[in-house]
Amino acid sequence: MAEAHPVGFQWVMEAKKRGATVIHVDPRFTRTSALADQFVPLRAGSDIAFLGGVINYILQNELDFREYVVAYTNAATIVREDFQDTEDLDGLFSGYHEETGTYDPQSWQYQGHDTRVPTHGEMHTQRETGAGLRHESHGAPVSNIAERDETLQDPRCVYQILKKHYARYTPEVVERVCGVPPEQFQKVCEAWTRNSGRDRTTALVYSVGWTQHSVGVQYIRTGAIIQLLLGNMGRPGGGIMALRGHASIQGSTDIPTLFNLLPGYLPMPHFKEHETFDLWVDAIRHPGQKGFWSGARSYAVSLLKAYFGDNARADNNFGYGYLPRMTGDHGTYQQVLNMIDGKVKGYFLLGQNPAVGSAHGRAQRLGMANLDWLVVRDLYMIESATFWKDSPEIETGEIVTEECRTEVFFLPAASHVEKEGTFTQTQRMLQWREKALDPPQDCRSELWFFYHLGRLVRERLATSTLERDRPVLDLAWSYPTQGRHDEPSAEAVLKEINGYVVATGDPVSGFTALKDDGSTACGCWIYSGVFADGVNQAARRKPGQEQSWVAPEWGWVWPANRRILYNRASADPQGVPWSERKAYVWWDPEKREWTGHDVPDFEKKKDPSYRARRGTTGVAGLAGDDPFIMQGDGKGWLFAPAGLIDGPLPTHYEPAESPLRNPLYGQQANPTRKVYDRPDNQLNPAPPEPHSEVFPFVFTTSRLTEHHTAGGMSRQLAYLSELQPAMFVEVSPALAKERGLEHMGWAHVVTGRAAVEARVLVTARLRPLRIDGRVIHQVWLPYHWGGSGLTTGDSANDLFGITLDPNVLIQESKVGTCDIRPGRRPTGPALLNYIAGYLRRAGLDASHYAPLETPGTAE
Amino acid sequence: MSQGERRSGKGDRVMVPPAEFRSYYGRQVVKTPVWRHDVAAYLFTGGLAAGAALVAAGADLTGRPALRTTGRLTALAAIGASGYFLINDLGRPSRFHHMLRVAKPTSPMSVGTWVFSAFGAAAGVAAVAEAAPWLPRDGVVGLAARALPAAGRAGGLAAAAAAPALATYTAVLLSDTATPAWHEAYPRLPFVFAGSALASGGAAGLIGAPIAQAGPARTLAVAGAALELTATHGVEHRMGLLSEPFRQGRAGRLLRAARLLTAAGAAGALFGGRNRVVSALSGAALLAGSVATRYGVFEAGKASAEDPKYTVLPQRERLATRPPG
Amino acid sequence: MTGPNSYFGPIDPAPDAGYVDAPPRMGFFTDTSVCIGCKACEVACKEWNGIPDDGFNLLGMSYDNTGGLSANTWRHVAFIEQESPSEASMDVLREAERTVSTQFLGMPSSTLPGATGREDRDLRWLMMSNVCKHCTHAACLDVCPTGALFRTEFGTVVVQEDICNGCGYCIPACPYGVIDQRKDDGRAWKCTLCYDRIGEGMTPACAQACPTQSIQYGELDELRDRAAKRVEVLHQRGVPEAKLYGHDPADGVGGDGAFFLLLDEPEVYGLPPDPVVTTRDLPSMWKHAGVAALTMAAAAVVAFLGRRP
Repeated sequence: MAEAHPVGFQWVMEAKKRGATVIHVDPRFTRTSALADQFVPLRAGSDIAFLGGVINYILQNELDFREYVVAYTNAATIVREDFQDTEDLDGLFSGYHEETGTYDPQSWQYQGHDTRVPTHGEMHTQRETGAGLRHESHGAPVSNIAERDETLQDPRCVYQILKKHYARYTPEVVERVCGVPPEQFQKVCEAWTRNSGRDRTTALVYSVGWTQHSVGVQYIRTGAIIQLLLGNMGRPGGGIMALRGHASIQGSTDIPTLFNLLPGYLPMPHFKEHETFDLWVDAIRHPGQKGFWSGARSYAVSLLKAYFGDNARADNNFGYGYLPRMTGDHGTYQQVLNMIDGKVKGYFLLGQNPAVGSAHGRAQRLGMANLDWLVVRDLYMIESATFWKDSPEIETGEIVTEECRTEVFFLPAASHVEKEGTFTQTQRMLQWREKALDPPQDCRSELWFFYHLGRLVRERLATSTLERDRPVLDLAWSYPTQGRHDEPSAEAVLKEINGYVVATGDPVSGFTALKDDGSTACGCWIYSGVFADGVNQAARRKPGQEQSWVAPEWGWVWPANRRILYNRASADPQGVPWSERKAYVWWDPEKREWTGHDVPDFEKKKDPSYRARRGTTGVAGLAGDDPFIMQGDGKGWLFAPAGLIDGPLPTHYEPAESPLRNPLYGQQANPTRKVYDRPDNQLNPAPPEPHSEVFPFVFTTSRLTEHHTAGGMSRQLAYLSELQPAMFVEVSPALAKERGLEHMGWAHVVTGRAAVEARVLVTARLRPLRIDGRVIHQVWLPYHWGGSGLTTGDSANDLFGITLDPNVLIQESKVGTCDIRPGRRPTGPALLNYIAGYLRRAGLDASHYAPLETPGTAE
Repeated sequence: MSQGERRSGKGDRVMVPPAEFRSYYGRQVVKTPVWRHDVAAYLFTGGLAAGAALVAAGADLTGRPALRTTGRLTALAAIGASGYFLINDLGRPSRFHHMLRVAKPTSPMSVGTWVFSAFGAAAGVAAVAEAAPWLPRDGVVGLAARALPAAGRAGGLAAAAAAPALATYTAVLLSDTATPAWHEAYPRLPFVFAGSALASGGAAGLIGAPIAQAGPARTLAVAGAALELTATHGVEHRMGLLSEPFRQGRAGRLLRAARLLTAAGAAGALFGGRNRVVSALSGAALLAGSVATRYGVFEAGKASAEDPKYTVLPQRERLATRPPG
Repeated sequence: MTGPNSYFGPIDPAPDAGYVDAPPRMGFFTDTSVCIGCKACEVACKEWNGIPDDGFNLLGMSYDNTGGLSANTWRHVAFIEQESPSEASMDVLREAERTVSTQFLGMPSSTLPGATGREDRDLRWLMMSNVCKHCTHAACLDVCPTGALFRTEFGTVVVQEDICNGCGYCIPACPYGVIDQRKDDGRAWKCTLCYDRIGEGMTPACAQACPTQSIQYGELDELRDRAAKRVEVLHQRGVPEAKLYGHDPADGVGGDGAFFLLLDEPEVYGLPPDPVVTTRDLPSMWKHAGVAALTMAAAAVVAFLGRRP
């Protein structure tokens, strides 16, 4: 966090100053470790084993916050009798189908579940479309009628299933898998549990690297299980903080730049699953379910009204037919492979530098070299704009400038200080920023670009009578513009996002005011309220010392300016704060309403003792002590009966590339991971496949404080470049000795995809770990470098192949296996031969790929 | 990583075993003086000017015209060269006159500037006076020419009065720094420079004046050389760890050469002074010795700045001996 | 305007320099125990002051690639990696050693005194943002022959770039190795403690940018109190190695206007352990020079008087 989020880290330091204990778990000793009270090095890719060990410690010692767990989580819920755990099936859950590599989740359901669940074939479709991303936020279908055993004794209740599932994750196993000594592990467990309960809460912070694993979603789920067991969710000082990759990444999923989502986590319609408007809406609100997604029809209609204005009418389903449909995997990696195969003709890149920043850089560049056209909008001529003349593939002869068919249009972009708008940070806080100065020369904002692009396209099509052009022509595409360059008003866009009454144009006060009859329009329902009362709430800047400690008047937080989600959980079932020290929101019995420091994340007037009649659905179905109001059962999910492709409980699987056989189960790696078995995407062998010793070391990548992601914003600046002026690789003194690497000398790191050269930094901050009886060396590289800029170097992301998490299609780019050798790598065609030699020795050829399922007995 | 690592001496063998010490990656603590060889050259020319001015004044007062002329001309040439070196070494030579904005007793360079200026003016007048015999005796010019010898004497005496200051302030100039070897040498360095100035001034007389008039110059040269050798020996051996930079590397080589040249020059002057050639050769050796001494001292300072042990160890010792509290 | 302690000893520098009704002395307290090594101070300083970059050189000194304070780096973050391996990790290291035979050519490392005794922390990564000390007795200012360097009303020391003629004297004079000459420019440059900001009531750029309050700007007296309390807290929390550096008005430079809380000996960070302003010895230097000058004059008199032709 100190490395990549130094400004946010000030609050960790503030907490430390006030006596907080800071524990840092990371494969390598970083600037964060330097300031932490305890640093725990572990093997990259072993996090579920580590956190599973913590869960086991909690459950074996009964250190869970029992009252919270029973009342607010699904611990007491009974799961179907035919559910089988990874304990029973050697690393698989019940319902696995080999042919699709997915599960039939029927047996994972709650006992008494009465709604339809997807088949494994549909699960396959869900994986193709990254469906986990939407379930994650809007709750997967579950029944609100579930059997519960509040004594937690039933062997089929979630609590007991959890206990059995994690019983194997002993401190000895943690040591064996993660390389963390038991004493060190014990300290973490003690600190975490001791600091959780009525009077104290513990926060879990992770950074996006956690998501970049073939089991990334389950990493975070494991953290969530711990935080639920310890009662750290919905309470001040608790929670799970996701540190984003850069400014407004939160915003870019809220109002997404993703193929499978529409604003506010509404799913992009699928051509088969969501044939009609009603099917689509029902797939979101799940009739018969409790919770706030029951308003989905209003959110959806209002969105379509915002898109199509007067052309969205009840008689045309508000233009639902105009929305594009997903037909399969349109994720960024599939797109790139499609480019290589010649199936994609054009590509827009906005503020993204895949030639450096995405896994398997060579595939990215070869894909871009096989387009008809490419539009790059960026601050500088980044590598993704110049690959046709200076990429590494020019040197190897794989791209020939004269023959490269891609026509590249480079459009200079305005920087964040040269345009107005909002950033949404990890706390879901929108902060408005003013434009500080005009962008130079031809640089323009994204808003300008898309508005005028749309305008011009619509002008071109104005006379078209073709049906296919209707969606574009029927768009409501009118925004006030200002200035010399007709810059659209960002505030007008924010007003539209907030939503308004169509008849009057008056802004709505929040999403509860949205209607499903077309009388309101709203660009993103969760942002509704950001322009309440006609005031740009995101622009509020009342200093912290002039308001309460929750600081509700700084910026605006979705939903409804709530600073902590699910904050009903900060009070006990009766509505009384768990403790004076941790009081946050509570039930005021006199006024008969919820009140507190924050906006209560609950119906204001719903009495804690309220119980819905059996069968009541929607918001009214939520009991007065159901704090997790977006979940179908109002409970925090220790066990996820639905919504995840890879199982209801996080299980340790080895990364797709690993030097080790999974010490816990016969199943080696995530059996549902998304793979692309192609000759241009060779993955290094992992046991039980032979020849894993060819790539004996584990490597991981991350950022330096001094640079920003793919370097487009930092390698062009002298003041930043001088601080980290060259690509380097960090190795432990022991590995340096083993491989003959010299401090400050050259070395190159080799995988099945690439060889990347770097200067060597020998440092004790990296150290070998003893894993499963072997010494495992880890190698670390920063991924900031590429061929352009003031400082240049090989790109670490070239080393990775493409394997994706099945739930959200995020690539496994934080762990892989490699070899490292002293000296510089070969150049030109010799480089290809060099890598081919490794592939040969590793037995990798186009006729065989590692199977998803790896039955067999673990040691 | 590099913490606590012992730095072994590089180049010459370390004579004093280096004590255990820690540093930041072996990097120097104080900055190396940015002065280039101009300053080392100036140390010599300034001293030569001072020595020559003394010789000239003595010769003037004792009726040794040839020696006087040699002294005066040498002084002017040397002080002229000094001016060139000093200005050339400035980062912004066009701003040399900014030196005259202030007079600061805490700045040896400011003091030196004023001494230099006074000396330069006086030495200039004295040297110009040497032109009197070649000027017409009539007219306005003649009037001036007739006044010149008196002005020359006044100038010469003034220059001589300023000369000892000019020759020794440069020692303070070097010592009044955090450069470990220079600072530590502050009680000795003025004597090295005084001796070196006398030796070079005398040497100029040995070269430029006939044997008959060069006697006092010879005496001064030998006495100066003796002072220079003695004081330098002290610098090289009596300052503990901080004598090391004077014995090692470039500085060590220069100072060893200086010792040989100065000793040889002094011996030649002492025993072969009646021979014009030997006398001149001795003078040349003394001059060369003086040059080597100045460059040696200059280099030793730089070397002492570049190795952190010369900064850290003496300070650590000082702390160790300081009573607690 | 010189008082009894003008060359050495405790003093309030601005009034001593002749300011009447000088504002309180301002300074920095840099608390290295909370420095996260983000280098925001280095960048903010360069941005505000328009300083050129220092060249792109990978130095291999942990994450320090600018090396030290210079004419082009007025804030500098030092990185020190210290290792004192615990038993458990030593076992693994020993095992790793056994499996290899080639000679290790990497950086040496060693166990250190002063490394923390906490058992769970066998590795320390010290970070420290260094800066001009704005000494009470500033040698750079004392030796400057042009008056380019001057004492401000805030007690800080600043170079006037329109006066400096690049004589270079201040550079070896500084006991901390702070001020330096910019090669292509010829003049001497160093931290101004943002004289152009603090005069307007603003915070210096580095302190403003520091996210963790490792760099604190304020009235020196207040900072000294604050620092003493911080050391106490750290001692209570089991960080016995925490100590102040440059805070003492009785030290060799009369106390620094920018002082530090360090977690190891000063020299580990590249700081002199016992800096003394060189001008403390200046009177004695002049005396010695005077004796030498008299010796010279006497020698001349003797040489000529003793040998009348």
